[in-house]
Amino acid sequence: MTTLQSQSAAEEAAGGHQLLEVSMGPQHPSTHGVFRMDVALDGETVVRLKPVFGYLHRNHEKIGEKCSYLGSMPYTDRLDYICSLTNNWGYALTVEKLAGLAAPERAEYIRVILAELTRLINHSCLAGFLLQDMGAAGTPLMYAFREREKILDLFESLTGARMMCDYMRFGGCRCDLPPGWIEQARRVVARYPRFLDEFEALLTGNEIVRARTEGVGVLSAQLAVNAGITGPMLRASGVNYDIRKVDRYGVYGRMDFRVPMGERGDTFDRYMIRILEMRESLKILEQALRDLPGGPILDPKAKLRNLRPKAGEAYGRIEGPKGELGFYVISDGGPNPYRYRIRPPSLINLTILEDMCLGGTIADAVVILGSVDIVLGEVDR
Amino acid sequence: MNGVGIIKGLIETARNLAGSYHDKERLTTVRYPEETLPPVENARTIPFLVYDGGDAAAGLRCTACTICEKECPPQCIYIVKDMAKKPDYLGKMQLHPKVFDIDISVCMSCGICVEVCPFDAIKMDQVFELSTDDRFGGLLWGIKQLAKPNDYFQKLHRTEASEIDARREEDKSKSQAAAAAKAAGPAPAAKPPPSANKGAAA
Repeated sequence: MTTLQSQSAAEEAAGGHQLLEVSMGPQHPSTHGVFRMDVALDGETVVRLKPVFGYLHRNHEKIGEKCSYLGSMPYTDRLDYICSLTNNWGYALTVEKLAGLAAPERAEYIRVILAELTRLINHSCLAGFLLQDMGAAGTPLMYAFREREKILDLFESLTGARMMCDYMRFGGCRCDLPPGWIEQARRVVARYPRFLDEFEALLTGNEIVRARTEGVGVLSAQLAVNAGITGPMLRASGVNYDIRKVDRYGVYGRMDFRVPMGERGDTFDRYMIRILEMRESLKILEQALRDLPGGPILDPKAKLRNLRPKAGEAYGRIEGPKGELGFYVISDGGPNPYRYRIRPPSLINLTILEDMCLGGTIADAVVILGSVDIVLGEVDR
Repeated sequence: MNGVGIIKGLIETARNLAGSYHDKERLTTVRYPEETLPPVENARTIPFLVYDGGDAAAGLRCTACTICEKECPPQCIYIVKDMAKKPDYLGKMQLHPKVFDIDISVCMSCGICVEVCPFDAIKMDQVFELSTDDRFGGLLWGIKQLAKPNDYFQKLHRTEASEIDARREEDKSKSQAAAAAKAAGPAPAAKPPPSANKGAAA
């Protein structure tokens, strides 16, 4: 795995030492899937880091231009495979904009409920994986997966699949909630704070966790804004920007919740922000489950097959668990999009990995990568 | 930095370990090959073809309209029409598939074929132990493997299947009534005189 190579420019930067070049990945356990980091080390210090991706490239955007509008929906599940429902929502929102459809109120509430449940899944998985990267092998991750399992059961009884849900449709949702679903969801939401309390007791005060994360991988607010970072990473650097508050898409305008923000932008803030966001998500879930109205779940104008939006373009964006998830679709009036483009939050958040890792140790690079929260299905598409 | 946080964390793991023996919330797994959880009603894996009655060849609901073949995102369905028409449950003459293959290694279980099917002919199965050592024939399923009786569909998706059966029963009685009326002679409502038609429009 390790190769000795002379890297004249980087060596000069390191004061003439010979550098050790380490290729971490693409099958390294700390790299979250098939991701590779070319790291040049001076002793233990990172002097250069080059992220290499594309190992999981599946031609998603080209397939989307070949498929019908509906046919792309199940493929969006496979972008960020941990949060398939928010991907569905982003794509449905864009095509609704393009075709002039509007989801009924009940469908909007169901979408908010599912999106917030997805956020719980994503953030608890992230916290588990981050701790796994720090060497807490198994325990935190398994606790997080145990809670995720309960939410996946909810998804399965509603959509038929645990991960590849394929649930949202242009102008609403595919099917209505089965009987007893709301009660089961309320039970899960009511039990979740106990898990968060335990998880925090387990980790937040832990001296080793704090020593490994505090002051590590600091991302300044200015750099974060300039690099186009979105989502929890941006808010951990102290920038108040949440598309749920900015755009108020869906029924988020009616929900009462706060946007947690960090101060220093280090790895500990990025971990903490996720825990605090989960608590806010639980608040949103309680309100949405309480206010869920009756009525239809699909726009009567919506067509399942042969959707041919008028020629034009639309950009739809949502606050995905990882950041701003945008879809850009151009229609030429045909049955499939002329151009179909995705703004993946994982990829764009990954671009500043080098800036955060430089000057730190190789062990810190692993922790910083864990706190960025990437899923390679979305990075490579 | 005095280790209190670590000790607190260890108490938490001890509580989870002890809790997993009596609290169902803390132990959510089952030992898979020995135990399996019953699938939920909405669960879906790969499609199957529904047939009515006891004979798969005669009662297949599929009319080889190829809508699912066109809509399938990964293009895993392959249909060849049988040009000899057969009457369906309403007595209408319909085509039937001569070949209906699904490559289950390509199918991604999205369920779009089920949504677009206007004949309620293709539905989602819940089998999941599909591994085989024959990677060509074993993964390309034809009518023989895909056709399952309506009773099986009733067993998997009870709510949906009952709705469909009720609707089909209603359609059938309607079409029988229409056929009986037709057989009895030209019905007055079917061919109204021009004057009556005008009156209705006004």
